[in-house]
Amino acid sequence: MVSLNHYLILSGVLFAIGTAGVFLRRNLITVLLSVEIMLNAVNLTFVAVGRYLGTVDGQIITFFVMTVAAAEAAVGLALVISLFRHKETLSPDAFTALKW
Amino acid sequence: METFAFYIFAGITILASLFVVGQRNPMYSVMSLIASFGALAGLYVLLDAPFTAVTQIIIYAGAIMVLFLFVVMLLNASREEAAPPVTQLVGRTGLRIGAVLSLLLGAEIVWALSRVGVTRFGEDPAAASVSSVRRIGTGLFTDHAFAFEATSILILVAMVGAVVLARRER
Repeated sequence: MVSLNHYLILSGVLFAIGTAGVFLRRNLITVLLSVEIMLNAVNLTFVAVGRYLGTVDGQIITFFVMTVAAAEAAVGLALVISLFRHKETLSPDAFTALKW
Repeated sequence: METFAFYIFAGITILASLFVVGQRNPMYSVMSLIASFGALAGLYVLLDAPFTAVTQIIIYAGAIMVLFLFVVMLLNASREEAAPPVTQLVGRTGLRIGAVLSLLLGAEIVWALSRVGVTRFGEDPAAASVSSVRRIGTGLFTDHAFAFEATSILILVAMVGAVVLARRER
């Protein structure tokens, strides 16, 4: 029988994978994809806990998270395009102009 | 049967996510992330949330991933340069501290979950009818109406921001 704990553990594993991707990858697009994995891990937690508590609020907040993810992807990819125009590379190490 | 389906979907999700962060070609990353989202939609169906499952397929796998795919093809920078080894990034001491901290975090999670014990999902018909789209719509437009309206402003701001950022300077 699958319990809430199964879903929580799966969500934690997914979040860890996403975090590792953000820190380890050297490509801005893959970094954004890893952020999407993290958002989805949190979504899974919301839906599972909402099902456990018998309310529908978990699914509603998942809806909002998806909207924010869409907005984040649009702005993030616009940033990536305009950065790529300046340096012709996607490596985050190339964009250190703001580093003090 | 439900347990079997859970492990199948969970396995696909984890393997596809590992593949996303594990290899260098962003095109393959986007494709396997779509597979991961499809398996997550299956998990939502198991959780009696068909509306969220369909939204996951349509918005995430359909719209957002197509946007990513479009940018990957547009920029045409398929290969990523090799990352320096982790020890060079943080040093040996930092690596040891990080390993200890992550082990502590893992032990803490296992301890917390074992304290809670097995948490079964309710079987009463009220919980099963949670899935109804009617209740989601009612909640969205009554209790969460302000958040819903704020979302529209967020999307407008994101739209304007994306246009301004990606515009070519002259």
